[in-house]
Amino acid sequence: MQFGLTETQQVLKNSARKFFSAECPIAEVRRLMETDTAYDAALWQKMADQGWTGMIFDEEYGGLGLGLVEMAVALEEMGRALLPGPYLSTVLLAGGAIAAAGNRAQKRKYLSRIATGEAHATLALLEGSASWDPEAVQLIAHPTLAGFALNGRKMFVPDAGIADYFVCAADVGLFLAPRGARGLTVSPLPAIDETRKLYQVAFENVPVAEEDILAIGDPARAALERALAVATVALAAEMVGGMQRVMEIAVEYCKARKQFGKPIGQFQAVQHLCADMLLLTESSRSAAYYAAWALQERAPEADAAVSIAKAYAGDAYREVGNRGIQVQGGMGFTWENNVHLYYKRAKASEVMFGDATYHRERIACLTIDKATDKAINKL
Amino acid sequence: MDLNPTPQERQFRDELRAWLEAHAPRDWEARQSATDSMEARFAFLRDWQRQVYEAGWAGLSWPKEYGGRGATLMEKAIFTEEMARIGAPPLPGILGLELVGPTLIAFGAEAQKQRYLAKILSGEEIWCQGFSEPNAGSDLAALRTEATLDGDHFIVSGQKVWTSYGWAADWCELVVRTDAAAEKHKGLTVLLVDMHSSGVEVRPLRQMTGETEFNELFFDDVRVPVANVVGRVNDGWNVALGTLMHERALLGAGLQITFKRQFTRLVELAGRIERHGRPATEDPVIRQKLAQCYAEIEIMRLNQMRAISRVMETGKPGPEGSIQKIFWSELNQRFQQIAMELLGPYGQLTRGSEFAFDDGQWAYYWLRARGNTIEAGTSEIQRNIVGHFVLGLPKSY
Repeated sequence: MQFGLTETQQVLKNSARKFFSAECPIAEVRRLMETDTAYDAALWQKMADQGWTGMIFDEEYGGLGLGLVEMAVALEEMGRALLPGPYLSTVLLAGGAIAAAGNRAQKRKYLSRIATGEAHATLALLEGSASWDPEAVQLIAHPTLAGFALNGRKMFVPDAGIADYFVCAADVGLFLAPRGARGLTVSPLPAIDETRKLYQVAFENVPVAEEDILAIGDPARAALERALAVATVALAAEMVGGMQRVMEIAVEYCKARKQFGKPIGQFQAVQHLCADMLLLTESSRSAAYYAAWALQERAPEADAAVSIAKAYAGDAYREVGNRGIQVQGGMGFTWENNVHLYYKRAKASEVMFGDATYHRERIACLTIDKATDKAINKL
Repeated sequence: MDLNPTPQERQFRDELRAWLEAHAPRDWEARQSATDSMEARFAFLRDWQRQVYEAGWAGLSWPKEYGGRGATLMEKAIFTEEMARIGAPPLPGILGLELVGPTLIAFGAEAQKQRYLAKILSGEEIWCQGFSEPNAGSDLAALRTEATLDGDHFIVSGQKVWTSYGWAADWCELVVRTDAAAEKHKGLTVLLVDMHSSGVEVRPLRQMTGETEFNELFFDDVRVPVANVVGRVNDGWNVALGTLMHERALLGAGLQITFKRQFTRLVELAGRIERHGRPATEDPVIRQKLAQCYAEIEIMRLNQMRAISRVMETGKPGPEGSIQKIFWSELNQRFQQIAMELLGPYGQLTRGSEFAFDDGQWAYYWLRARGNTIEAGTSEIQRNIVGHFVLGLPKSY
């Protein structure tokens, strides 16, 4: 058993750290968050040139064919840099759903465009009920002579303002609609995390051509669950990177800031808040990487591992943010200080793909309701 | 990153598991709550350690030349897990095996290794540690037990406290002050003291659970040969610190299995207890709390695996190791609180009460967990260590 990065994974981590520090410094994050879509074409193209936009896609679709641990490594660094824009929505959500549900022609067409950086995409899943349970989807898809027509409304769709394609979860399956499709209206939902924009997407008889039906029935459901599981782990890893950065900022401040003639980090009340940040960050990291590995291996405990990672990170990132602001006192509450940007991302990430309460209930289903004695014997 | 066991680890585990299934006493858990005397239980445990030793499983990670197996840290963790999984009795010579032995191997003279190590492995000699004192707890270097040189002996006087296994021990790894004029970290020496020497008195210390796990030790002009110094005179702080590092390295490995076993029992109980007219396992609040507990037990296992991998790779513990003590102790307190909450008024019933669940074990666990954030370094000291040694914040004291 070896629970650490391999040499190749470490190289990937170092190069990601270097890339995002150079190409996406916090000043750039602040500039982009003031724009409508938090998106920069030049940055996106550089990411595509590095292979980030196709990293987990198969090579035949223009990807690098890397595994989910490598994905977690990259996402951790993106989270540390607070990378704005449509990476999660394009590559993990839409890309993940197309990879899991699409046929070869669809994958060749859409995944390769995503991999080269030409196209951005998103997944329209959540609705007014704000439920992450695929059962709750009510967007209506009814058959037409040419394919299907979609009617209904989606909420909290990330990066819809920049998406070229929408993967739409409807009552009977998964469908793909291009930007500008007739009857498809996108309107922004102003929210606290300005680095990742959210939208409402309305569907009024939006036509879906036959070749854009991704999957119907059980295969659609399975594909959606797989894509969500992968995206959830990716998000958990991204959250770990954010926690790491908040802790670094806070610790640095505690060493430099003096009161009563001493660095405030010398006071135990302050020092112990920093120690808690380390505990929360490292524990989230263990859980996120384990979930990535378990999902990659399709291990039987993968579902529980994903929920454990997200439940823990959801609470932990918020708590790390809390402490990061608290130890900086008044400075921590100012707009100029960077921690609030992470704190807002933490809150947005906490509720994305289900908060801790949602995932704890899933853990309960997996551990309490299924015969636990079996689970223990397997340990 | 690969969390599947290697072929070597799998073979080790299978061999060990087969041996444990054939030999581990199954009546231990029942025996714990039985009315056997402490002495009778201890004799039983010594016999168990002898079997473990004779089968070659004692002192796994010790080098082969000293009777160990030269096992990897991961194999050591597997051993601890397998022992916990089958509910095997603990090894009574645990302090010798885990702390004193490794300290002697690292710092001891060859003659000391020859004299003591084999009997630590077999359980023939039981060891305790004389570290903490009434006025030297977290601030261990402030200890005052004194040793003065008299020819080829030290004369030791003073008092130690919180000594586990003190009443059963044949030997004590004792930290004493040999230079009162030196700075507090620099005048300390580690001595190996025969607990049967004249002038040694052991008094039981009754704790809030009613048990006497710990003792007070009193030393009144006890004569200890100079040959029993470990390492160099006045270099005892480094020797003692070496021991404490061992204490913190592998704590989580068996505990996560113990917690999972308890968790399973608790879930079974929850299925039989009614809340608002339905099984407690269907109560959404209880489900949330149990799930959080399960998640944290699992994360404790993962942190432990990461810590072991890091030590095996770099030879040094990483940040994930330093949080283990805080993590498991605070988790266990939350866990036992949930158990008590679930049992409601029944939770408070103790052993011998007709209506107590599991013969009052949950009340005992709850009380015992209160000590977890204090023993082996308080949570506050642990956070100081993380703040200073891991995060590089200025030392606060």
